[in-house]
Amino acid sequence: MSAPDAPLLEVAGVSKQFPGVRALDDVSFTLRAGEVHALVGENGAGKSTLIKVLTGVYQPDGGDLRHLGRPVTFNGPLDAQAAGISTIYQEVNLVPLMSVARNLFLGREPRNRLGLVDVGRMNRDAAEILAGYGITSDVRRPLGLMALGAQQMVALARAVMVDARVVVMDEPTSSLEPREVETLFGVIQRLHERGVGIIYVSHRLDELYRICDRVTVLRDGRLVHTGLIKDLDRLQLVSHMLGRPMSEVRKAGFTSFGGEHSAADSRPVLRADGLSSRHKLTGVSFEVLPGEVVGLGGLLGAGRSETIKAVAGALPLDQGTVEVDGKALRRPNPVAALKAGIAVQPEDRKAEGIALGLSVRENIALAVLPRLATAGIVSERRIDKIVETFMQRLRIKASSPHQRVGDLSGGNQQKVLLARLLATGPKVLLLDEPTRGIDVGAKAEVQALIDELAAEGLGVVLVSSDAEELIEGSDRVVVLRDGAVAGMLRGDEVTTEHLMNVIATAAS
Amino acid sequence: MTLVAEPRTEKAEAASLRTERVVELVQRQGALAVLGIVLVVGLVAYDNFRSLDNAGTILISAAPAALIALGMTFVIITGGIDLSVGSLYVLGGVLAAWASQYGVAAAFAVPLAVCGLFGLVQGLVIAYARLAPFIVTLAGLLGARGLMLALSGEGRTTYLVDPGAFKDFGQGSLLGVKYPVYLVVFLFAAGMVTLYRTRFGQSVYAIGGSEDAARLMGVRIRATQIRVYVLSGLLAGLAGALNAARLGSGVTVLGTGMELDAIAAVVIGGTLLTGGAGTLGGTIAGVLLLQVIQNLINQDGTVTSAWQTVISGAFIALVVVAQTYLAKLRRVASG
Amino acid sequence: MTAPAVFKPRGVDTATLRRLLPVYGVYVALALLVLFNIAWTDNFLAWNNLRIQLVQVTPVVIVALGMALVIGTEGIDLSVGSVMALGAALIPLYLGYGTVPAILLAVVGGIVVGLVNGSLVAFVGLQPIVATLAMLVAGRGVALVLSDGKYKDIRAKDFLAIGTDAFLGVPYTVWIAAVLAAVVGFVVRRTVFGRRLLAVGDNRAAAQLAGVPVKRVLITVYVIAAVLAAVAGVIQVSRIGSADASRIGLLIELSAITAVVVGGTPLTGGKVRVLGTVAGAFLMQLLTATMIANNLKDSTAQMVQAVIILVAVYTARERRTR
Repeated sequence: MSAPDAPLLEVAGVSKQFPGVRALDDVSFTLRAGEVHALVGENGAGKSTLIKVLTGVYQPDGGDLRHLGRPVTFNGPLDAQAAGISTIYQEVNLVPLMSVARNLFLGREPRNRLGLVDVGRMNRDAAEILAGYGITSDVRRPLGLMALGAQQMVALARAVMVDARVVVMDEPTSSLEPREVETLFGVIQRLHERGVGIIYVSHRLDELYRICDRVTVLRDGRLVHTGLIKDLDRLQLVSHMLGRPMSEVRKAGFTSFGGEHSAADSRPVLRADGLSSRHKLTGVSFEVLPGEVVGLGGLLGAGRSETIKAVAGALPLDQGTVEVDGKALRRPNPVAALKAGIAVQPEDRKAEGIALGLSVRENIALAVLPRLATAGIVSERRIDKIVETFMQRLRIKASSPHQRVGDLSGGNQQKVLLARLLATGPKVLLLDEPTRGIDVGAKAEVQALIDELAAEGLGVVLVSSDAEELIEGSDRVVVLRDGAVAGMLRGDEVTTEHLMNVIATAAS
Repeated sequence: MTLVAEPRTEKAEAASLRTERVVELVQRQGALAVLGIVLVVGLVAYDNFRSLDNAGTILISAAPAALIALGMTFVIITGGIDLSVGSLYVLGGVLAAWASQYGVAAAFAVPLAVCGLFGLVQGLVIAYARLAPFIVTLAGLLGARGLMLALSGEGRTTYLVDPGAFKDFGQGSLLGVKYPVYLVVFLFAAGMVTLYRTRFGQSVYAIGGSEDAARLMGVRIRATQIRVYVLSGLLAGLAGALNAARLGSGVTVLGTGMELDAIAAVVIGGTLLTGGAGTLGGTIAGVLLLQVIQNLINQDGTVTSAWQTVISGAFIALVVVAQTYLAKLRRVASG
Repeated sequence: MTAPAVFKPRGVDTATLRRLLPVYGVYVALALLVLFNIAWTDNFLAWNNLRIQLVQVTPVVIVALGMALVIGTEGIDLSVGSVMALGAALIPLYLGYGTVPAILLAVVGGIVVGLVNGSLVAFVGLQPIVATLAMLVAGRGVALVLSDGKYKDIRAKDFLAIGTDAFLGVPYTVWIAAVLAAVVGFVVRRTVFGRRLLAVGDNRAAAQLAGVPVKRVLITVYVIAAVLAAVAGVIQVSRIGSADASRIGLLIELSAITAVVVGGTPLTGGKVRVLGTVAGAFLMQLLTATMIANNLKDSTAQMVQAVIILVAVYTARERRTR
């Protein structure tokens, strides 16, 4: 509403370097009082790093941070909080075992004359405050017993309770029911009227256009666009988020994928039917033919990784079937999926993919140990053979097979993981962001490998936030939105333009 | 073949809420309920158990364990553990007996100062070097025992408590109840106020419940951690001093396994061993339960006292399994 | 630390040192300690003295082998001392049926405890420290109940022979420990189980996705640790000639964890150093012996041990951003 001269919060030319990654590169960002500022970008764009810089979790390597026009340094989250910057994280960051009221007031409990916490008043105040957020349940119950949406509301109430001047919301609606989303928007409206600046991170375009004033787009750690959101149509916004201008894309040659793969056999090697999981997936169905690369398109949070996990048996399903070669998996778990011939490369390589402390050799052989052993005793010779085969084929650069995987570059780590998958002799390969965080050379090699594998008759499911990679690598693209299939691109439709169109189309 | 998982209906949710309440009740009040049953059995079956004298004996025997369990409750709620308390208890006793020659004030001050300092060092190492509490306090167990042996001529010297106010405090009684029992009751009351009604108490729960969340919510993690280990050290030292006053000497051979008894009492009393939840009322019930079982075993005279440990171990297993079950239910309930 | 590397940046040196110290530090320390003893301790090299050291370290070595495996899975087993007591308590009860049945029963006792520990960790999902705590408390209680709280002398000659007789001048018990160490070393290096164990310890989620039967691996590890502890208990009884359930194995979990950690196995899992563990046990044994031989008191030895444990854990701690 009021627009004082000095912006609430301003960063100029901020950079942040992590080992091997430039997470933020000369990014500038301004938040004015009373505005709702959307911060968008795909995975690895640098949004969360920027938020962490703004909230004092990270200290930038270069650049200035100004608060109300004055240069500041935040040495920790407490400094930022003291400056009136509150954050609501995507994962609820409260203490589930403590009561709702105690969570709401932690660190600022009302006290009586003796200096003791006034529990009665705390509970009354909490009930009153939360009623304003549509929460009427007993505030004395443990927070963890409430629905996730309600917990998110408590986090919001806590963030706003102190006189916050800046509220950062990281995907606040991802776990909310539609009714709760409306409550949230009501709160945002109130804050907006109070002159609070809000940084709003979300991938739901509808929401952005409904409540945000301005938008800042990041990609690969750089600032791509900033301006009023009404000046930008959906297609333009998606194009900013996903990649280079379309004219450039058409020249091709950005990726190392070859041409189309002919799917000679018409029987699908993988069939997913009606995969549903509460809050995550609703009725996702698709097929993959042998020798075909099927891309999963969509923005972050559209359900791409969840689909991969569901097929791999790592996400509990409420409904749906997965068939490999016409045979349905009886019990959906990773071991059964692996036995059926599904190999999965998870999105988070370090957390779920490889064992960083083990050697290249041990990682490659891990999934096929029983096959390389007699009576439980492994044959070093057979391991050497398989390790050698795959290290050569994937051109894994390591000082020796005994080198710790943690000491390799990201690209080589990824190749080790792929080698482990291929060693199992899979029929279907699920690749979730196979080229993220790896250097250009390795990226090209991985892309060429995917092509080669498809040519050999494997069915491949590919997820990538890199639009060109997805388009050039896939024979067909299943576009997801809000955990459901929003469209399918085949043949001539497999272009970045079509992809963006399907993603940007409002309301399905 | 379909992978249809039953969609959660409202009926199922209500049922799970009911089970959850039952499990929660068992966890919270289980120790108290079992204590009640054991007391009734004892009163009916054993004549000698029924005397006021015996009640006094139970209370005074439970006093040191109760104090140690009091500190342990704080430590465990933060998600930590203190294995050094058994050694600190003996050390406290030896120090108190030695210092009693300089008067009652010294007899309390010396063990409190040394054991508190020991707790401080452990707290600092845990908070700043970020080593696992169990390994730090396990080393502390060894170190404190070494210190105790060094002070007592390798365990051969037994200091006798000087006759005087200190000994009188340990052995005298008011209305048939020994003085130390009153002190324990008072300290538990103070502990409850601290745990439930101060910001420090809230931080104790918060860092045990979720250290990351607590940090983001502005809780001072290190200060809280350090304080609970100091508290635990102080109370272990005090327990040792009281015991020395009662026995009239600083006995060097007791105290092995004391830390386990304390942990057992705390866990049986419903405190989550993983931290974040627990009550001091439960801890009292846990301490008394173990003590009453011990007393009954002694009354009976036909079974070995080792049954008490078997029972407490089985009880711990039961309680922790019930707690995990509860945690799982909660996760289901909140989707 | 004299750094002769003028042309190297200093950061590299400390980094290398940081990595090498936990792994090889134990051997260097052991060698220095042996040299010190050769120079200063009377009769150190006398076979009699060496044999005493070997015999005394045996139970710790055996228990530490199992502990190393558990720690390799990012776990811990606090119940080993109680399991030793349990194994010890079972011996006099069944010695009447012969030496072999008695030993087998002690091993069965270990298996049962291991199954309980392993199930609590793998199926119930308890933290290892919590799961094994119950057995730490209950195990010794059961041992005391079995032995009726009494100290029992053992007279069966062929059983006592295990503890007293020697082969090629080396006591049987030492041979047993050596064989067990070799077997555990082989298991870790050369078997499917060993590799899976390390993968579970390094990254459980990745191991799961790679099709490793994580639960089975965990249960097996706890069973092995408990069986080794029971064997250590049996050996202890045969050596002392009596079973005292209230004392056998007391605080051995501490010595075992120390040996493992000092030997360069990080508490964060994913690595098992069998030889290092054996060396770690020897180091701690020799350290105490040296201090006592040089007129330092037991109390000082304990305090020094406490400090060494902390230093070892501190240097072996992996820098993980959590």
